[in-house]
Amino acid sequence: MRTLLLTGAAFAALVSGSASAQVSDNVIKIGVLNDRSGIYADIAGEGSAVAARMAVEEFGGKVAGATVEVITGDHQNKADIAANLARQWIDTDKVDVIADVPNSAAALAVQGITKDKKRIFLMSGPGSTDLTGKSCSPTGFHWTYDNHAMAAGTGRALVEQGKKSWYFITADYAFGHSLEAETTAMVKQLNGTVKGAVRHPLGTADFSSYLLQAQGSGAQVIGLANAGGDTTNAVKQAAEFGITQGGQDLAGLLLFINDVHALGLSTAQGLLLTTGFYWDMNDETRAWAKKFEEKVGRKPSMIQAGVYSSVRHYLQAVQAAGTDDAEKVAAKMRATPVNDMLMKNGKIAENGRVFHDMYLAQVKKPAESKGAWDYYKIVSTMPAAQAFLDPKNSGCPLVKLAQN
Amino acid sequence: MFELLGVAPQVLFGQLLLGLINGSFYALLSLGLAVIFGMLNVINFAHGAQYMLGAFAAWMLMQWAGVNYWLALFLAPTVVGLVGVVLEKTLLSRLYKLDHLYGLLLTFGLALMLEGGFRHQFGVSGMPYPIPDALKGGQNLGFMFMPNYRGWVVVASLTVCLGTWYAIERTQLGAYLRAATENPVLVQAFGINVPIMITATYGFGVALAGLAGVLAAPIYQVNPLMGSNLIIIVFAVVVIGGMGSILGAIVTGLGLGLLEGLTKVFYPEASNIVIFVVMAIVLLIKPAGLFGRER
Repeated sequence: MRTLLLTGAAFAALVSGSASAQVSDNVIKIGVLNDRSGIYADIAGEGSAVAARMAVEEFGGKVAGATVEVITGDHQNKADIAANLARQWIDTDKVDVIADVPNSAAALAVQGITKDKKRIFLMSGPGSTDLTGKSCSPTGFHWTYDNHAMAAGTGRALVEQGKKSWYFITADYAFGHSLEAETTAMVKQLNGTVKGAVRHPLGTADFSSYLLQAQGSGAQVIGLANAGGDTTNAVKQAAEFGITQGGQDLAGLLLFINDVHALGLSTAQGLLLTTGFYWDMNDETRAWAKKFEEKVGRKPSMIQAGVYSSVRHYLQAVQAAGTDDAEKVAAKMRATPVNDMLMKNGKIAENGRVFHDMYLAQVKKPAESKGAWDYYKIVSTMPAAQAFLDPKNSGCPLVKLAQN
Repeated sequence: MFELLGVAPQVLFGQLLLGLINGSFYALLSLGLAVIFGMLNVINFAHGAQYMLGAFAAWMLMQWAGVNYWLALFLAPTVVGLVGVVLEKTLLSRLYKLDHLYGLLLTFGLALMLEGGFRHQFGVSGMPYPIPDALKGGQNLGFMFMPNYRGWVVVASLTVCLGTWYAIERTQLGAYLRAATENPVLVQAFGINVPIMITATYGFGVALAGLAGVLAAPIYQVNPLMGSNLIIIVFAVVVIGGMGSILGAIVTGLGLGLLEGLTKVFYPEASNIVIFVVMAIVLLIKPAGLFGRER
């Protein structure tokens, strides 16, 4: 009896001891969860999955002795579907890390789950600053951009040009509210005024009514706190209603290269925007974007580039740690600076915010563009410290703990 | 001047006018649906996808054949109408003897296939389609800036709506059509070719959807999702107006456009549900719809 107990205990110790030094189930499963069929399908969608696979290919498909798999899921821009998929992936399908998740409401829901179940969450898609603020997680990483960077870039640039009075057209959900709040704070900080705001349902086709209200307010800038199809419809209809001829400026607070492509340069020219990535910045980005375009048929958005960068850094950390245990890998990720075609010397803060330079860009005039996708001219570079909130001011409970 | 609940009259008039513009667009879209349901008893769930087809047909004509907007106004609905005719002849006509629901399922499946196919090919960001030169710019009406193109949409929609209503309710052809749907066997016994009338009617309803698509192309992005956003609203309009009534669809479309416009002024967050609230109330009080006849 005693020998049996002792052998049993020894065996258990052996098994549990070796498990933590190995990859769980000998597979590293990456789940790319985003909107694959709705308004954000072009800026993320299948392109993000391709970007993740490109990162996996760089490691030859195997890391720390285990194979790497990429699976995809469609959250249809619904937080409950995102949460259910995340839960199912972690509980049943043995997914180790979830990536992308544009749509801040969905991302907040998934963060709640990955925090409880201790899985890494690589957020390239969403914008809300709450993800590194009051809803932060020790295994959550906010990679590519956030609403504060948008406000600090586009908002600040316009106010410094003298456009001090603002009116917002906001998408009525977590992302829109957050973007409006961040830009309002930035405008007020620089002594500007906000004349009002109107909230529209996500996926609105007709903006005429909201544009009319914005026109009536007399504000110098109409800030579009929305994204994807909403922004392109609003910009197109603003041209129809003579908004810019009337002397008001449009600020697309979150604009992707796919939106500019959809609008055409004659409509979108002159728009100022903030971006974390542009394919035509240097040889490295051009080479990567060329490979991406061969697989997907269009140039990458910053979200898709961010998925590549985050998955690559994650896999490097797994390689170095020798395990896919979330807390160990997270520690390795934070200890190593991020160096790839997207960013140089990117640093990850305690609240999960990845600090890297952002770029202020302007959409070219049709005559200035040499061809399809040649849409931006980079006006200036915004250093990371200016773009993102200081972690001490983010409201993230983890940062306060670190200080104690 | 006076202010209504904190809103200046200028803003209010501007929004009401915008509401009327949107309403005439809803009326045109729901007209096709009402014609198809009223005449054929087919719940055409593919209406949104056919509207999207019309917009894409206009875009393709411009992109690949250099056809301008005005020609596309006639060509695109014809093309889409022909697609509808083929659909009716090959698939829908087999379902008339069965329950309504089969027609609904078939057209719903077709809508999903069409949208999926276009989404795979073109992505969801949409394609740009410019406003025709003759209609660019706008008029300053004092209380708002009215784009010329929107004014044209109202004129075109109302003309087509009233023309269709007149053709169905007041002409001999329309009388034959209405008789054919009430009692096809008897009407056929009189020597009138009922199957061809039915096919032509379905094609006409679909062509109306295509026409709405061409009208929409310059103001909304031409993208595969444009139909799925609108189809639900259009169904609500038809249900409120009365499923078989042409006039009901037109009046309700205009009315609901106005109501939506007002909601956007006072409580914009609710603007995409106010129509369904009205639908729920109408169904509770008068299930046949405002202008509908009890069947």
